[in-house]
Amino acid sequence: MARNKEGLVLLLDVGPTMHNALPEIKKVCSMLIQKKLIYGKFDEVGVVVFGTQETDNELTKEVGGYEHVVVLRNIKVVDGDLVDAFQELPRGNFDGDYLDAIVVGMDMLIKKYQATNKGKKRLCLITNALCPIKDSCEGTREDQVGTIAAQMSAHGMKMESVIVRGRLSGEGDQRIMDENDRLLNIFSEKTSAKAVYVESPTALLGAIKTRNISPVTIFRGDLELGSNMKIKVWVYKKTSEEKFPTLKKYSDKAPSTDRFATHEVKVDYEYKSVEDPNKVVPPEQRIKGYRYGPQVVPISSAEWDAVKFKPEKSVKLLGFTDASNIMRHYYMKDVNIFIPEPGNARAALAVSALARAMKEMNKVAILRCVWRQGQGSVVVGVLTPNISEKDSTPDSFYFNILPFAEDVREFQFPSFSSFPASWQPNEQQQEAADNLVKMLDLAPSAKQEALLPDFTPNPILERFYRHLELKSKHPDAVVPPLDETLKTITEADPDLLSEKKNVIDAFSKSFELKENPRLKKSSKLLLREKPSGSDEELSYKDATNVLAVKPVKVEKIGDSSPVQDFEAMMSHRDSPDWVSKAIQDMKNKINSLIENFYDGDNHGKALECLLALRKGCILEQEPKQFNDFLRHLFNVSQEKKLRNFYESLIPRGLTLISKSEAIDSEVTDDEARNFLVKKELKIE
Amino acid sequence: MELDPDDIFKDDEDNPDSEFYQQRESSKEFVVYLVDASPKMFSSTCPSEDGKEETHFHIAISCIAQSLKTQIINRSYDEVAICFFNTREKKNLQDLNAAFVFNVAEREYLDRPTARLIKDFDCIEESFMKDIGSQYGIVSGSRENSLYNALWIAQALLRKGSAKTADKRILLFTNEDDPFGSIKGVAKADMTRTTLQRAKDAQDLGISIELLPLSQPDEEFNVSLFYSDLIGLEGDELAQFMPSAGQKLQDMKDQLRKRMFTKRIVRRITLSIANGLSIELNTYALIRPTMPGAITWLDSVTNRPLKTERSFICADTGALMQEPAKRYQPYKNDNIMLSVEELSEIKRVSTGHLHLLGFKPLSCLKDYHNMRPSTFIFPSDKEVIGSTCIFIALLRSMVRLKRFAVAFYGSSSHPQLVALVAQDEIISAGGQVEPPGMHMIYLPYSDDVRHVEEIHSNTNAGAPRATDDQIYRAASLIKRIDLKDFSVFQFANPGLQRHYAILQALALDEDDIPEINDETLPDEEGMARPGVVKAVEEFKLSVYGDNYDEESDMGNGKASDASKKRKTAAENAVKESANYNWPDLADNGQLKDLTVTELKYYLTANNLPVTGKKEVLISRILTHLGK
Repeated sequence: MARNKEGLVLLLDVGPTMHNALPEIKKVCSMLIQKKLIYGKFDEVGVVVFGTQETDNELTKEVGGYEHVVVLRNIKVVDGDLVDAFQELPRGNFDGDYLDAIVVGMDMLIKKYQATNKGKKRLCLITNALCPIKDSCEGTREDQVGTIAAQMSAHGMKMESVIVRGRLSGEGDQRIMDENDRLLNIFSEKTSAKAVYVESPTALLGAIKTRNISPVTIFRGDLELGSNMKIKVWVYKKTSEEKFPTLKKYSDKAPSTDRFATHEVKVDYEYKSVEDPNKVVPPEQRIKGYRYGPQVVPISSAEWDAVKFKPEKSVKLLGFTDASNIMRHYYMKDVNIFIPEPGNARAALAVSALARAMKEMNKVAILRCVWRQGQGSVVVGVLTPNISEKDSTPDSFYFNILPFAEDVREFQFPSFSSFPASWQPNEQQQEAADNLVKMLDLAPSAKQEALLPDFTPNPILERFYRHLELKSKHPDAVVPPLDETLKTITEADPDLLSEKKNVIDAFSKSFELKENPRLKKSSKLLLREKPSGSDEELSYKDATNVLAVKPVKVEKIGDSSPVQDFEAMMSHRDSPDWVSKAIQDMKNKINSLIENFYDGDNHGKALECLLALRKGCILEQEPKQFNDFLRHLFNVSQEKKLRNFYESLIPRGLTLISKSEAIDSEVTDDEARNFLVKKELKIE
Repeated sequence: MELDPDDIFKDDEDNPDSEFYQQRESSKEFVVYLVDASPKMFSSTCPSEDGKEETHFHIAISCIAQSLKTQIINRSYDEVAICFFNTREKKNLQDLNAAFVFNVAEREYLDRPTARLIKDFDCIEESFMKDIGSQYGIVSGSRENSLYNALWIAQALLRKGSAKTADKRILLFTNEDDPFGSIKGVAKADMTRTTLQRAKDAQDLGISIELLPLSQPDEEFNVSLFYSDLIGLEGDELAQFMPSAGQKLQDMKDQLRKRMFTKRIVRRITLSIANGLSIELNTYALIRPTMPGAITWLDSVTNRPLKTERSFICADTGALMQEPAKRYQPYKNDNIMLSVEELSEIKRVSTGHLHLLGFKPLSCLKDYHNMRPSTFIFPSDKEVIGSTCIFIALLRSMVRLKRFAVAFYGSSSHPQLVALVAQDEIISAGGQVEPPGMHMIYLPYSDDVRHVEEIHSNTNAGAPRATDDQIYRAASLIKRIDLKDFSVFQFANPGLQRHYAILQALALDEDDIPEINDETLPDEEGMARPGVVKAVEEFKLSVYGDNYDEESDMGNGKASDASKKRKTAAENAVKESANYNWPDLADNGQLKDLTVTELKYYLTANNLPVTGKKEVLISRILTHLGK
């Protein structure tokens, strides 16, 4: 573990022109540390601020100079205090010299690690680079930067610079900015440094990688263009989802006095015979079965291994085709990248030649890949060129997996031209739409592209870590509202909306929307959910503040808290219709949850809903409603994908409502008890 | 009160005041195969693919057998019945002559196909003459009409289930184009009339009748003699019929084993555009990876299914407990507790469903901006009238201006930033290739994107770039190996097809597993064409030079260093390992006295894994020694 620890120094510009961006800088740095506290507990971090009035660093004591640079924290292992340290980031009133800060940071890293920790030493600079750097006594500024860059590279340090521009940093002298950009670019060329420019607070939050992941190749070997021509390549993941952390289950069984309790919960699976629930079958006596029509065919793993599909490890070219033959929506998964074998100049040349030719001709390559020996499947995918913009980075390819014939469902949809005239936009409407599409522009030429995926942080994870931090201080803290800056990810940017108000108004006026009057009241789910200014505020507060009294009357069952909504509706006493509507809505809700089985977590939710429905039906003495519904659920659940759901009902005692629970029920206790058992037999 | 199943389990599309565009899709298909078993079916032959002569009866039977084998995987909930007519024996509920419904145990006449049915049907030809027999059912002088009987039986079988939920079909295999040819006069006219009436009655009940005629090489099946009236062919259809029927027969045999899914709405969502303007959309899953199917655990002794029971055990006390409602995350030196509600609250970052954020040119959507299979969006006017009109207007603008929309998709389980890419309808001769609508593409966040290409940057020399000549050579190579009509649907998944083949072989006790043709392998023949070989050679020469040795370790010094090290370590281990008498040590229980390093000599020398604790290593050695 410790072998992989990273040494990081944050160099933060806190000069006067940076004050606007400081709140965002605090957030992104806290996030960085928080993730390190979970995923990189042994990493060491130091913090340097510059542009302050004070000066406090070792270099100034040793050699003089380096004013207005303060070492806020020396390099040490990450801890909770560091998160707090960012909350009181000083606001400087001097123009910062980022080059001084870089030197101070390098000095800290060198003193701390000397020659060790190669490749794991990192500097992270956040500045707007609006102020000129000091002249050096020897040579030009370029020479000076060149020398520092050479040192950096000799010590195996990496640097990431985030340069804040646009509306975050105010006006600067264009000449100085250009010079600074050029100087910072020297770092990028000469060392493993990278500079990114951000113009919006959201992009600033996403500009720094808050989690270090050491990439692992999924394939190293030959890209075979034919039997005679091979190119040595390495394949990595280009995108891979950073998942919501899997939390551990908490057990409160241990006595509170036991300080060494782990509070962990072990999950144990037992396999029991369907006929005799008391008989436990040991794991080695289990055998896998696959459905073949109504039967299940048992196949042992040994049998299976002997006959299953065993392709050879290889990556083979099938051919090239026009890029237009591959629609964008066929891409199936996260993306891989093919890079030429590092250090192999000829492989790099071959990749470069192919990539550039493909780009010119607008062609893509189709590949068949088996990444590992012994893997039981092949993938067919499309290789697209990625021409490098940086001199030091070789050209490469992106690889996307394409669907097989079995993966495509050929559903037919009506042509738009077959729709009635009233559904076709007229000329004026089309023009309004054209204007909207043109004007509601997230990538205007003069500005940086908004919501560029590479700079867009994950709002859910951000919220999770912030909540975690809050809870570590106040165990009763409620979930904080979504950060204001991150709201531009989940909702349209209000600035953009007000700027383009004319276009949007014209668009809204051109079209008319109304509820379908023919629909029964109960099934009108969608319109009420229409978020409009004030309503949304209300429901938002409602959702975020657990203590708040519910100000709106619940009139339908929503997605977020169906059980609560259901209970609220059942308790409306102003009209008896509410009960039947609540029951009907709940049934619809459960149905839709079950139908959307693709999201695995719906099962749990559906179960909760079903439990609530059962409770409600007993309270309101409507056993028939529930019993009939449950019977129908079982008929549907004969399909195998619902079997898991069905099986999870038994331990929860989700059976028919019997006479003893509700007097109107025609179901006896025995019948209710046997219901599940009987159904089970039928399913086989 | 009986609850109407159609009411609560109503499909979203299944609106009673059905709007015209909502075509109802049946969820099941009921098929009755009617096979003529007259002596003529056995005496006429056709040359088969491998040159041998095959009887028409054999062709019909093998076609049905093939079709059943794919059906049991593709649509195993469909139901079939097989009925022969012009038979000697009779077996049917109506007790009609010269018609025999083939069936196996534990199965109704019209039921889901089972392995047993397929297996027995596969060898029906051997026992057919003995058990069922063949004879002409329509002979002059008798009032019997076997064709009429067969249609009647089929219609009776298909009475099962409502026409609303099932597609009902009769597939008729025969080589007799004039079934009443042997009869003359009034009797013939009478029989023709009653048979046609019987067919019409069936068709009126929503049953479709399809004819699969078998012709002899020298004498084509003449549809117009009788069957054109029975299946209702007119004018041009008549001329088209015979060629298309041959194709149909072929298609039935060559079907791909592919699980079929009925079209259904994944979710109904709203897209809020601006100013509270929200339109109604339905989402569909058009592309999803197909898995081999769910595993059912069985007891290997009884082959009875098992059920899984999950129990939660407290690690501290060992007590059994309910599923806990609290989760925790170790953070700083503490365990931070979070309730399930809190977690779902955290994920709820947006109200409503899809929020439009703006538009970007298509060039902003990079090839690496992808995370999961896309989801298809189609408008609906069911609740919000006017949605479709807005959707069409936006779609057309986006296609014309080459822009895509960026939106936030606030699903409760997986809220994500998405790109909406507009797609115009594409129609080819074969029908709709791409439906009109938008595709929702799931975008990565900044922490999901990795900058691996930069890790290996060479900061001193810069990365090699191809020269114009090299690019030119690459271009001529690309032109040579061009897949002109490439379509993403063209490859079957060889792993999955193999899986189905194995399953079939085991279920039917077949001796050998049908061979699967791996379509994903490169076209070796095409690659060996002189033009291609030459282009490859020229490209190779241009980028590699003429003294390139592929196996030389000119590439990565580091990797080969590591492999050399590994090699010496292995050699060393073999040497060291020879110094010990392992069986003796094992017998005397002295292995535990050795150090881990010493134990690893044995493991390395014998190519065994060296991971794990000491006890694990020892037990691995013991297993390997056979103790």
